[in-house]
Amino acid sequence: MYSVIANNLKKQYGKKKDVVTALKGISFEVEQGELFGIIGPDGAGKTSLFRILTTLLLPDGGTASVDGLDVVKDFKAIRQRVGYMPGRFSLYQDLTIEENLDFFATIFNTTVKENYDLIKDIYSQIEPFKDRRAGKLSGGMKQKLALSCALIHKPSVLFLDEPTTGVDAVSRKEFWEMLRSLKKQGITILVSTPYMDEASLCDRVALIQNGEILSVNSPEGVINSFRQPLVAVKDSNMLQLLNDLQNFEGVQNAYPFGEYHHVVLKDGYSANTVSDFLQQHNYHQPDVKTIRADIEDCFIALMKVSGEL
Amino acid sequence: MLNAHALRQLAEPGEIINMRTLRFLLQKEFRQIFRDPSIIRIIFMMPSIQLLILPWAADYEVKNIQLSVVDHDHSQYSRQLVNKVTSSGYFKLQDYSGSYLNAMQHIEHDEADLVLEIPADFEKKLIRENEATLFMAINAINGVKANLGGAYLRSIIQDYNREVRLKWVQLPRFNPELQIEVTSSNWFNTSMNYKYFMVPGILVVLVTMVGAFLASLNIVREKEIGTIEQINVTPVKKYHFILGKLIPFWILGLLILTIGLTLARVAYGIVPTGSLLVIYTFAAVYLLAVLGLGLLLSTYTSNQQQAMLLSFFMMMVFILLSGLYTSIDSMPAWAKAITRVNPVTYFIDVMRMVVLKGSGLKDISTHLFTVLGFAVVLNTWAVIHYKKRS
Repeated sequence: MYSVIANNLKKQYGKKKDVVTALKGISFEVEQGELFGIIGPDGAGKTSLFRILTTLLLPDGGTASVDGLDVVKDFKAIRQRVGYMPGRFSLYQDLTIEENLDFFATIFNTTVKENYDLIKDIYSQIEPFKDRRAGKLSGGMKQKLALSCALIHKPSVLFLDEPTTGVDAVSRKEFWEMLRSLKKQGITILVSTPYMDEASLCDRVALIQNGEILSVNSPEGVINSFRQPLVAVKDSNMLQLLNDLQNFEGVQNAYPFGEYHHVVLKDGYSANTVSDFLQQHNYHQPDVKTIRADIEDCFIALMKVSGEL
Repeated sequence: MLNAHALRQLAEPGEIINMRTLRFLLQKEFRQIFRDPSIIRIIFMMPSIQLLILPWAADYEVKNIQLSVVDHDHSQYSRQLVNKVTSSGYFKLQDYSGSYLNAMQHIEHDEADLVLEIPADFEKKLIRENEATLFMAINAINGVKANLGGAYLRSIIQDYNREVRLKWVQLPRFNPELQIEVTSSNWFNTSMNYKYFMVPGILVVLVTMVGAFLASLNIVREKEIGTIEQINVTPVKKYHFILGKLIPFWILGLLILTIGLTLARVAYGIVPTGSLLVIYTFAAVYLLAVLGLGLLLSTYTSNQQQAMLLSFFMMMVFILLSGLYTSIDSMPAWAKAITRVNPVTYFIDVMRMVVLKGSGLKDISTHLFTVLGFAVVLNTWAVIHYKKRS
């Protein structure tokens, strides 16, 4: 059985003149106990999608179900069994850590004690500061508290809307480790993020852009679907290099990628042809090497294709 | 073996658990209120400041009217008249000159409010012809001051007129003109102390502000911070959430009323003639109505700024169209219609009735039921309009 099903979901904002279409018919399924990532740039429709699935927003079209319950009709039952962590920290800043946790446990008719084992790993890290007000916590601690509060009623599905936005690299890594261990407890987790590098940490990912899903696949599947030759190029004048590369007939797409430029080539071209081209253009010893695409390259390629359509 | 969780789900009678949720919502609300220093300040400072300072400024008696006298006569009678006017305490002799133009200049510079011109043959005419004329010019920029100043001066001159006649005619063989003297007695506020009348009214405004506006700001703040979103995804019921917001501010409103009544007694010696029970009964119902209004405001606004501005606008309308400062009877028909749908009007009326006249529950029952009607309508409207999802 699928844990979450979205079927042709549509959502529009605004009236007559200024209509913004946030979702243009989104469909996907999430398996029970899966860690499902929704990757997309800002404004892609991730938050709208999550708000529909957590029964905060009514869709304009399409249907969706969570745990086999319809998000429109059975919203009351869904609220009992989902955990939602919005992108913005939205716990009570003037209550302490402990008070916030107690509060959310109580309104779900449970107690902290009852489900303590579920949040133990996360909550134990902030427990020493339990008398501190939530507003006075650091970003990483706020995030742990928010996750604890979303988990305190033992939800079967957890929705995390951009949990790692604005969090430092170490905390991000820690956070994903926490998600992996939660997954072991059988909780279905939907997580949205604008960071493509986090995609490889999910079981499956959906790439979403402009309210449409571009692909749903496992991270390996996404990488394997990338069939074109890819090279990394480096030289002293990187800006000039990028301009020159974009003029090369064999180049399909070239973009900066860390200290290298990644160049997607058309079929029939290779690192050698790029090297030759550059030497003709007065580059003495360009550093050109063939690389295996990672998930970011795949997404950039997918987004470029959809952008051109 | 059943664990605790399963047991609870089996025995879901609802009510006990519901009460527990509500209790927790209330506990959370009170914690937040008492942790916010600005709210504490509002609760204790606002009534003190408003009740201890405002009644002194909201004085209907006009004093210190700047008087400019133009005396062309310079006689004994004219001096007596000026003396009488200035010794009344209402007027300050700004200048005493011989030219009207000069006095007019003072009016133009806003240094004088009233000009009293005494013609050259004032004394002569008064004695010989038994009548004399005086001229009064009033600066009408401040309507209240002009009106009252003119009236005061007129009555002082009349008084003077009588004195003069009394001196001349020891035995009234016959009165040259018919005179009716009116004496009055002020019921319910014997000394016509305006504070007895203003303080209860100002107290009503205070209670209204706490009830309607603190409550609406509180809810809108949850919207603004996003915490309402977290609450909305929980199974908390709509009426739980709303009750959790209404009850604390209902209690706060009654607390402010208590502080206000104590201050009124200590600072102004105002002891309600009627029963406190009547005041509190009415206040309890009244607070339901204004809390409903606050709730309604919060469902129509999305941030604290909007709520603030809207509250501000409503408060102005409420105060000016409530009969706090001006008499409702003298308002145009459309304004009277508005005062009838203004809950503040009813509470101010009730406060004055109970505090000054000692009215009982029976006397205020119409007011009570009207406000109860407001409470039902406003709260129903607000609950219908409050949505847990959009």
